[in-house]
Amino acid sequence: MITYKTEPLKCWNKAKEIRKKFYEDYANAHAKGGIRWAGGAWSIGSIPAGLGPDVYPLTSEPYAASIAFDKPFSEECMAAVEKAGYARDLCSYMRNYWGSVILDRYAFGGKFPVPDFIWQDHICCSHAKWYQVVRDLEKKDIPYFCLDVAAGPYDKLTENKLNYLVGQLHDAIGWMEKVTGRKYDDELLIEAVNDECRSTSVWAEVCALNRAVPAPLDEKTMYALYVLGTLKKHSKEVADFYEELRDEVKDRVSRGIAAVAHERCRVMTDTQPPWGFLKIFRYMETYGCISVGSLYTFALIGAWEDKPDGTWGPRTTPLQKGIRIETRDQALRVSADWNLAKPEWQHFYHPRYKTDMMVRIAKEWKLNGVMLHYNRGCEGLTLGIAENRLGIVGAGFPVVTFEGNMGDEREFDEARTLARIDTFMEGLGLAKIS
Amino acid sequence: MISAGIDVGAKNVKVVLLRDGEVVSRSFETIGLNTQAAIDGAFAAALRQIGAGRGEISKITATGAGRKEVKFADGELTEVGASAKGVHHLFSSACTAIDVGAEEGRAIKVDEKGKVLDFAVNEKCAAGAGAFTEAMARALEVGVEKMGELSLKSRTAVPMNAQCAVFAESEVVSLIHAKTPKEDIARAVHDAIADRIVSMARRIGIEKDVVVVGGLAKNAGFIDSIKRTLATDVLVPQYPEYAAALGAALHAATPTGGQ
Ligand code: SF4
Repeated sequence: MITYKTEPLKCWNKAKEIRKKFYEDYANAHAKGGIRWAGGAWSIGSIPAGLGPDVYPLTSEPYAASIAFDKPFSEECMAAVEKAGYARDLCSYMRNYWGSVILDRYAFGGKFPVPDFIWQDHICCSHAKWYQVVRDLEKKDIPYFCLDVAAGPYDKLTENKLNYLVGQLHDAIGWMEKVTGRKYDDELLIEAVNDECRSTSVWAEVCALNRAVPAPLDEKTMYALYVLGTLKKHSKEVADFYEELRDEVKDRVSRGIAAVAHERCRVMTDTQPPWGFLKIFRYMETYGCISVGSLYTFALIGAWEDKPDGTWGPRTTPLQKGIRIETRDQALRVSADWNLAKPEWQHFYHPRYKTDMMVRIAKEWKLNGVMLHYNRGCEGLTLGIAENRLGIVGAGFPVVTFEGNMGDEREFDEARTLARIDTFMEGLGLAKIS
Repeated sequence: MISAGIDVGAKNVKVVLLRDGEVVSRSFETIGLNTQAAIDGAFAAALRQIGAGRGEISKITATGAGRKEVKFADGELTEVGASAKGVHHLFSSACTAIDVGAEEGRAIKVDEKGKVLDFAVNEKCAAGAGAFTEAMARALEVGVEKMGELSLKSRTAVPMNAQCAVFAESEVVSLIHAKTPKEDIARAVHDAIADRIVSMARRIGIEKDVVVVGGLAKNAGFIDSIKRTLATDVLVPQYPEYAAALGAALHAATPTGGQ
């Protein structure tokens, strides 16, 4: 059996610091005279960035995932939400977040910091309701702007559809000036749009490097890295960090540094994992099996495009194409187009889009199998997953499914999931490495 | 050379001994409160049948949900892997194996070598497993072993809507109060399980030949329901409850010997 050399990631601690600072900045924004906004991780963060350098977001899904990781707190949140009369089968991120609001406890210490305004988009139905309920729970008329991003799949994008979103972005800027009393700075907007394109493209480049055998990164580690893009993808700090990470991963590939010393089987997962049980990834490693990523980790924030050689690669940024953004309208058009192309938005229109991308990953990343999480916590990303399964099986890849919930540990059966992994590994001809 | 397969299921322990590829012994013991005692008892009984001592067993493979309890095993195989192996050995034409035990139902797609290509497991609800028939037999006040025979007498299909063993029980009670003949209720119970199992099996794609194993395969009423639901004939071995133990014993007999 081959034993590859492994090394810890040098930039690991930096990623942790950026994440910690993000949550502290949001909580302490008012003390510094800054502004807080809250919204989904897919909200186009570059737009509020034009209000000033002291505008701090709290993105709801990664915040809720942090709660899920803290099982006792998550349990309290779920109990509070159920007591308030909300159904147990709603998005579990949303329930964790609402629980934190009801209990008035911020996962990173202190009371829950109320946002000054809400900046949300509607791609999933839960998105549409999430902050409406937050406003009710806070008993406060928090200004709320919601973008309708349902312009259809990117391969059917027309000028009219693009204008539909760009028009809303123009309106949003006027609205933000009104609710914050601040003058909007187009230079900051342009900078943020360029940084958003850079960070999301470079993240895709990092994921593309994981085609290497042995893979330089395992998915459990990637979760701690991609999350920065869900926090503040429009920031220079995150874009710079991803470049540093990309350089380090490139170096690992050139030196044959592996994430898993005994890599002999490569799989991908799908959707958010059960956050309270990431140890299943370490269990897979006992078989020499590595998850090299997923459409979720690659493309929740990653920006991708077809490359001339037919492979999937990082999307070319406007700056790389020699395009200099000069005006507000141009910045908004670039941003709208960039976001509407997001791979993880495509399958809201048809599961076929997701199947195609997953089969492509399975082939290009040289996978031996696929592990699909039938995630009861997220209707958005799980919708159509059984159809995806059929498509992947049809393409010749063995698939195992397991049921769970990214944010509600009560719906995850650890022993049964491990038993499924055992069966799947046995089917792939793998025994545990003693 | 004698190899052994021990299947520690949710309710029973099954042991198969193979001598030079031929089954020479089968034994069965219900797990009470002491799994270890049931394992030891079933294994000792299997040895007794052929007058062999422990030392004569070359290799032992354990399978089933409780396989880790077989401390003296040389190796292990998952339930799906063992079942597939056993079914393939019994019927080399098998493409789909349906294995319904006390607490779990599984559908397995196998290739022409008996390798598992895909599988689906019902593990969350007893409504797709043998424990369901037992609960319904209790509600009907008939012995579980009579359920099959009883349901075969039914001439009328009665729909049962419940998706869960607990609700199904109250549905059965309502049917009893409505003076529905017991045989029709028994058939409704089997049809409900068959529906669940077949819809699970459809997820992996059903290809002929279909082989049904596991404890519930001994129930002729259930097999009849499965055939009607699938609209095809199915194959059932003589000792369906031993299929996984047989697969484990075959595994133990391979050159790697149970590892
Ligand atoms: S259901 Fe899924 S996609 Fe929708 S808001 Fe919740 S986490 Fe996001």
